[in-house]
Amino acid sequence: MTINSVLVANRGEIARRVFHSCRERGISTVAVYSTPDAGAPFVLDADTAVHLPGTAASETYLRGDLIIAAALKAGADAIHPGYGFLSENAGFARAVEAAGLTWIGPSPAAIDSMGSKIESKLLVAAGGVPVLAELDPATVTEEQLPILIKASAGGGGRGMRIVRAVADLPAELEAARTEAASAFGDGTVFCEPYLETGHHVEVQVMADSHGTVWAVGERECSIQRRHQKVVEEAPSPLVERTPGMREKIFAAAVAAAQAVNYVGAGTVEFLADEQGRFYFLEMNTRLQVEHPVTECTTGLDLVALQLEVAAGGKLPDSQPTAPAFLAGGSSLEVRLYAEDPAAGWAPQTGTVQRFEVDGLAADFALPLRERGLRLDSAVAAGSSVSIHYDPMLAKLIAWAPTRTEAARTLAKALATARIHGVRTNRDLLANILRHPAFLAGDTDTAFLTTHGLETLAAPVAGPDEEKLAALAATLAGAALRREAVRSNGVLGGMPSGWRNLPSMRHSTTLAGPAGEHTIRYALTRRGLEADGFGGTGVVRLSPDSVSLDVGGLVRTWHIAHYGTVVEVDGSGGSVTFTEVERFCDPSLAVAEGSLTAPMPGAVVSVHVQAGDSVTAGQPLLVLEAMKMLHTIGAPADGVVAELPVAVGQNVDVGMVLAVVNAAGAAAE
Amino acid sequence: MTALRTTIDPHSAEFLANRIAMEEKLAELDGEYAKVLAAGGEKAVERHRKRGKLLARERVEMLVDRDSPFLELSALAAWGTKFHVGGSAVSGIGVVEGVECMIIAHEATVKGGTSNPYTTRKIFRALDIARENRLPVISLVESGGADLPTQSEIFIPGGKLFRDLTRLSAAGIPTIALVFGNSTAGGAYVPGMSDHIVMIKERSKVFLAGPPLVKMATGEESDDESLGGADMHARVSGLADYYAQDEMDALRIGRRIVARLNWVKKGQAPAPSVEPLMDEEELLGIVPSDLKVPFDPREVIARVVDGSDFDEFKALYGSSLVTGWARIHGHPVGILANARGVLFSQEAQKAAQFIQLANSSNTPLLFLHNTTGYMVGKEYEQAGIIKHGSMMINAVSNSTVPHLSILMGASFGAGHYGMCGRAFDPRFLFSWPSARSSVMGAAQLAGVMSIVGRAAAASTGRDFDEDADALMRAAVEAQIEAESLPTFLSGKLYDDGIIDPRDTRTVLGMALSAIATTPIKGAEGFGVFRM
Repeated sequence: MTINSVLVANRGEIARRVFHSCRERGISTVAVYSTPDAGAPFVLDADTAVHLPGTAASETYLRGDLIIAAALKAGADAIHPGYGFLSENAGFARAVEAAGLTWIGPSPAAIDSMGSKIESKLLVAAGGVPVLAELDPATVTEEQLPILIKASAGGGGRGMRIVRAVADLPAELEAARTEAASAFGDGTVFCEPYLETGHHVEVQVMADSHGTVWAVGERECSIQRRHQKVVEEAPSPLVERTPGMREKIFAAAVAAAQAVNYVGAGTVEFLADEQGRFYFLEMNTRLQVEHPVTECTTGLDLVALQLEVAAGGKLPDSQPTAPAFLAGGSSLEVRLYAEDPAAGWAPQTGTVQRFEVDGLAADFALPLRERGLRLDSAVAAGSSVSIHYDPMLAKLIAWAPTRTEAARTLAKALATARIHGVRTNRDLLANILRHPAFLAGDTDTAFLTTHGLETLAAPVAGPDEEKLAALAATLAGAALRREAVRSNGVLGGMPSGWRNLPSMRHSTTLAGPAGEHTIRYALTRRGLEADGFGGTGVVRLSPDSVSLDVGGLVRTWHIAHYGTVVEVDGSGGSVTFTEVERFCDPSLAVAEGSLTAPMPGAVVSVHVQAGDSVTAGQPLLVLEAMKMLHTIGAPADGVVAELPVAVGQNVDVGMVLAVVNAAGAAAE
Repeated sequence: MTALRTTIDPHSAEFLANRIAMEEKLAELDGEYAKVLAAGGEKAVERHRKRGKLLARERVEMLVDRDSPFLELSALAAWGTKFHVGGSAVSGIGVVEGVECMIIAHEATVKGGTSNPYTTRKIFRALDIARENRLPVISLVESGGADLPTQSEIFIPGGKLFRDLTRLSAAGIPTIALVFGNSTAGGAYVPGMSDHIVMIKERSKVFLAGPPLVKMATGEESDDESLGGADMHARVSGLADYYAQDEMDALRIGRRIVARLNWVKKGQAPAPSVEPLMDEEELLGIVPSDLKVPFDPREVIARVVDGSDFDEFKALYGSSLVTGWARIHGHPVGILANARGVLFSQEAQKAAQFIQLANSSNTPLLFLHNTTGYMVGKEYEQAGIIKHGSMMINAVSNSTVPHLSILMGASFGAGHYGMCGRAFDPRFLFSWPSARSSVMGAAQLAGVMSIVGRAAAASTGRDFDEDADALMRAAVEAQIEAESLPTFLSGKLYDDGIIDPRDTRTVLGMALSAIATTPIKGAEGFGVFRM
């Protein structure tokens, strides 16, 4: 059988990734897209796109029937599920095959076997693969703590809970079941011992329908947040430093795959301790998010291999060796999320105004030389990041002859990328990549806790750098205003802010991560005069670029203005400022004690009524956004004065949810 | 394109000496400005701030468009008088929502913002400029009314303020009053005569008579708020059009009012502005510290006009006066500049012709003063210097294109008139720190008085007291010198301000842009030219 046209039942960067390999092979591409995704880069990338009307995943990307109909309508002969959504849904795989289409993935039976974490553990244990014992929640004792509750059908950290006290177990089980049911349509959960620190090591396997199974390579993905991987790499530093481990873990992975007659690309995940002992966690019967690090160390196109195997092709008996220029090299991937790590990883939404990474060698493609940067991006300038789907914007991958170099390259690319419009975790990623412990290969699942999220999530641009960025932003703002006047206004030819009798500095107030900066400045014939910036002069000034001489060092910042938001990118990191407007309409002022929506979402429950007395921290209402529940608590003891929202209402960021008059103030 | 060349050597001893002398004068000027900026002094400023109020200049700074230029006028009003230098008010041309406006702010920290004779003169001048150049007027009002001890000098002429405001309105020039504090008695008519009035919650007080006077007049018990509070005027009397929450809100509303004026400039739009080829910094070293030494005004023109591009008219005729065409910040302009101080018959006739040409092409004129006057002496009188001088003054007087004057150096005698001195109503007149203006030079005037005295003594047979004469000469010379200084002229509002020579291009550009708010129409006829 041959594949001539592939529909990707997915969205974002993975759809683009699959399209890339298809395109290289002359295979036509078909996208499906939900209503909010109309015009997204993956839709534009495809030769043909089919609209799945609706917004929620359950109405669109999880509707197997609509997707198969789309494939038939568009003339696709195969369906690639990507990851997430229906990628591990055996029922969908069966339906695809029943419709006469080729399913690019393992057999439905294999998916079923591995889909249940409970069943799969028993299955691979029978094949001699080490596993962690399953615990019965009813009999859990203090000695067995901590334990981990996991969704049997799960992935991506959803439905996962750590329990450290027996008393918490029932509530956490219930919460995990609810979350699992809503995320995967299956509320089954199970418990196993929780290793506080450990290494997440996984093996990429590739198998054909003729009995060949390759253990393509291992990856380490120990650095995780909320059980979601953040930094992934190949090879694993743990495997590298533990003699004999690679052979053992490869053999275990192959055994696991063979236990279910696996065909296609899959990943066998293990939890390993410092000594290199490992335990089977689960097998992901699909292509992984982090597959590029394997591609960038082996030179293999895993998507291309998936296509070949799905078409019935035969893999060579032994895996080809990596090209010489990649031999011994290292690759690192980071997942760039629209989220605020310092604010409890709160998902961020908005419009990506600019998305540029310097020094890219490739988009989605395989390495052609010994070092480089690859970007697998879901977004482009103008893309909107909504609450509806996963907030991952892109994956940035570096490969180099050494791990140290790959980390350095990736960190610099992150620190100097121009990503405007939404807050991302880029600074956290750059800080991790530059951390001495990371560079020493000392990465375990507790990395973020051990080294302190607060430190790691701190802006790359420290307070001094932020201050300079604020100055650069201020001057660029002045230049922007002057330029606008020059093209369409009066007195545009006059020097910026000219006074024949100067009485005070001009001022701009910018709110940045470290607080508000009020920059008082004047541009005179003597040059820049700015309070607190002695020894700093302007070398070059334009609305989008400012070069300053800072005590003899000439530095350049790139500036972009989006309304009151100013994005500053410099070699010392990027800073997003919001200009504090000089004048504000008093009628728009928010009453004191107002609680505003931290992100767009829907009100799922309201626990109080207007007029109720509340105590500080008391939950007032719950907001669901980005599939997470956010409780809005009272800021202080007092009385609920206003409650303008109701259950089911969609709210926008900044909207007033409730007003609480503090106890003292209520008497006024 | 006819680019001027320079012969100046900025490293020469002469240039450096000139520059140092000019820098000293600028430093002295900064000392005077410091007094202006100190407003009512530390204590008064602190008291003002404690009330949560902005200073007059802060209000202006917050009102104008960010990073736009502001041309302050008459900054040294009342210099050399018993009144606070600056005239207890700030006035100037600033850009609000893209519209050039005349902004007038009372300096409330100086004697409660009361108006003294110099305050009124400064405000009258600002309103004249607004009328001539069609600039919307924004008054930032906070004034306790007339400075009562000097009421005799204010009361009678002060009515002009009310008259001018409403005449501006009648002429279609919008007037906006933002009332920041007291605006009582006569002061109440400033908002009263304005088109748009903004009052501030619990701040504005606008009434004809306060509670004590009301009690005296009618026996009625009252309070500030009910007599003239913002709330009352916004809800009851209807005097206030807009009710602001605080000072910043008032400024915001003021800007919105201007934004809604739908203001259109009626003059010619400027061509693109081109920087001069030569460094304006060098303007500091051109004027010799001794005004008896002439300088070439082309060196100034080359550092002021667009692209240093100057097409000279009648270059070989009457060469003591340079005339020609140029652009400043894209605005076309005809320039008359004294080259060697003295105006002869040829220069006067050349000037008269040039002024007529400017009127026929509707081009504004710029006069660059460095003149000791019209030539005297038998030969010149017989050649008709009075006729020719009169011809030039006739042309200047009856020319209807806008005139700008810059006093660079000397501006003495009838030369001051011929070059469009203050009495000839130039739209704007600025002085450099090196300027001097009087009926004649101080030494000449003292010498004349000495000669006259000597002749009188001789004719009456008295002995001439040489010692007394020397003392008299020194005293007269010192007095005249002091009275010819630009600070003195500024203090009397005989100019619109002293400017740093390096700011000349910017100041002229702003003046020309203000002028371009009105259509320019040259004169169709002049007085009878005596041939």
